[in-house]
Amino acid sequence: MAGAQELTAAAPRNRGSLSAFFATKRRTRLAILLSAPMLWLVVAYLGSLGVMFVSALWTTDSFTGNVVKTVSGDNLHAVYTSPVYWRVAWRTVEAAIAVTVIDAIIALPVAFYMSKIASRRTRLFMVVAVLTPLWASYLVKAYAWRTLLAPDGPVSWAFAGHTPGYGFTATVITLAYLWLPFMVLPVFAGFERLPNGLLEASSDLGAKPARTIRSVVLPMVFPAVAAGSIFTFSLTLGDYIAVGIVGGKTQFLANVIYGQLITANNQPLAAALATMPLIAIVLYLLAMRRTGALENV
Amino acid sequence: MRLSPGLRWTLRVITWLVLLFLYAPLVIVIMNSFNKSRTFAFPPTGVTLKWWHAASQSSGALDALWTSVKAGLGATAIAVVLGTMAAFAVQRYNFFGKNTVSFLVILPIALPGIITGIALNATFRTVFDPLGIGFGLTTVIIGHATFCIVIVYNNIQARLRRTGSSLVEASSDLGATGWQTFRFVTFPMIRTALVAGALLAFGLSFDEIVVTTFTSSPDVQTLPLWIFANLFRPNQAPIVDVVAAVLIVLAVVPVWLSQRLGDDPSSGRI
Repeated sequence: MAGAQELTAAAPRNRGSLSAFFATKRRTRLAILLSAPMLWLVVAYLGSLGVMFVSALWTTDSFTGNVVKTVSGDNLHAVYTSPVYWRVAWRTVEAAIAVTVIDAIIALPVAFYMSKIASRRTRLFMVVAVLTPLWASYLVKAYAWRTLLAPDGPVSWAFAGHTPGYGFTATVITLAYLWLPFMVLPVFAGFERLPNGLLEASSDLGAKPARTIRSVVLPMVFPAVAAGSIFTFSLTLGDYIAVGIVGGKTQFLANVIYGQLITANNQPLAAALATMPLIAIVLYLLAMRRTGALENV
Repeated sequence: MRLSPGLRWTLRVITWLVLLFLYAPLVIVIMNSFNKSRTFAFPPTGVTLKWWHAASQSSGALDALWTSVKAGLGATAIAVVLGTMAAFAVQRYNFFGKNTVSFLVILPIALPGIITGIALNATFRTVFDPLGIGFGLTTVIIGHATFCIVIVYNNIQARLRRTGSSLVEASSDLGATGWQTFRFVTFPMIRTALVAGALLAFGLSFDEIVVTTFTSSPDVQTLPLWIFANLFRPNQAPIVDVVAAVLIVLAVVPVWLSQRLGDDPSSGRI
């Protein structure tokens, strides 16, 4: 009882303090909650993207290699008029589309099984099983594929000497493998939100499974597939490491950007090149926003 | 939808095959860490523990591990604070630009890592460097925190959505101050979601390499950077395999814990 009395006695005294001030100022509390995260994301993140754009307009001194901070459109002009860069950009986008399609085709039946057929316990086990490789080292998995696809590796051993070898195909396989959990999880969540009653109603109305899948399931889980595709698309556009490990001589946009920044030490050209995948992903995000994908990310 | 037994069976086989496909490369790595041959000949030539012994003595790997832990802890601490604040703002308040805020939080993970990397690199070069903050652990932590915020944010937001605000209202109706409500009602409700989000954020930071490459200095080497630097060195490759095997086994811990502590596993958020 003494404790309760203390509490009631203490309460009015506290009312006059900071707590009471915030209790009445809802807007103030909101402003404080938003201030730090927005400061970080707007100033540090969007600000950095801004600096990147500005630095794309700078040039390097051809003699000393130092950055010259005078505004010129030379880098952007060079990037967007060069057939070489466009070819690399197309190759990257092709790979991103291929990886996304492969992952969607694999994820749909798997997520459907996990959500609608598997028992509760199997489902939990499978969610953990899909999530775990996501946190196992990315590099190591890419390297494991290098081992798998090596001339004397297991794939060659299992298929009597037939392997795709290191190159574009190997890169697409490896990236599809690496990003698969990013597709399975949102699609699984999409199936979880799809009421079983809808499937039964469709079947009661005489639809065969194929018709139910086409007319009920696919339209309902499409936003979830779109959400997963943002990851598979964006991660592929930004990858240079897996490409370097299993791609042989294949180069993607990110390899070229990396080469300009680290090897050639030409930061402005690297920034100008980085606008290419940035534009591609922004266009993709805008297209996907209309499907409601962003609420599923 | 009534699925024929044949179709159910097919789906089951596909699912288990895909899980097998997910784990096959990981099994190969673990097997290789015991492989006698230095060049990963397949099938393995014999079993040995000498690479495990060598790895435990490798100062490069241990230093890198320590750097990764420091970077992960720093980034997670920032992400927990900022992600929780943003989640409370978006979930408990209505305001103009709410969708923009949630979009901004997602953006660093939706954009390719190389763009985040180049952008931060440009800022660190032109703004931070003249201020005396050179490339190093600080810049790595700033980079990692940026894309870790979304992980904490997603976890806390899901928890707040599920628990609603009636308990908080009840608490203040019963005369609790704002601090008491937070201490005895709100915090216990979000505690496990906080831990789950922090674990996943730490895991993401621990494995990150692209943004790290562009925000680190040569003397600050995280574990992924160390692995990448040693991947193609014949002498170090077996040790890399041991480190990789350890990482694969350890990856189960945060995932399993976060699934137990976090919201229903079906939320499927990354």
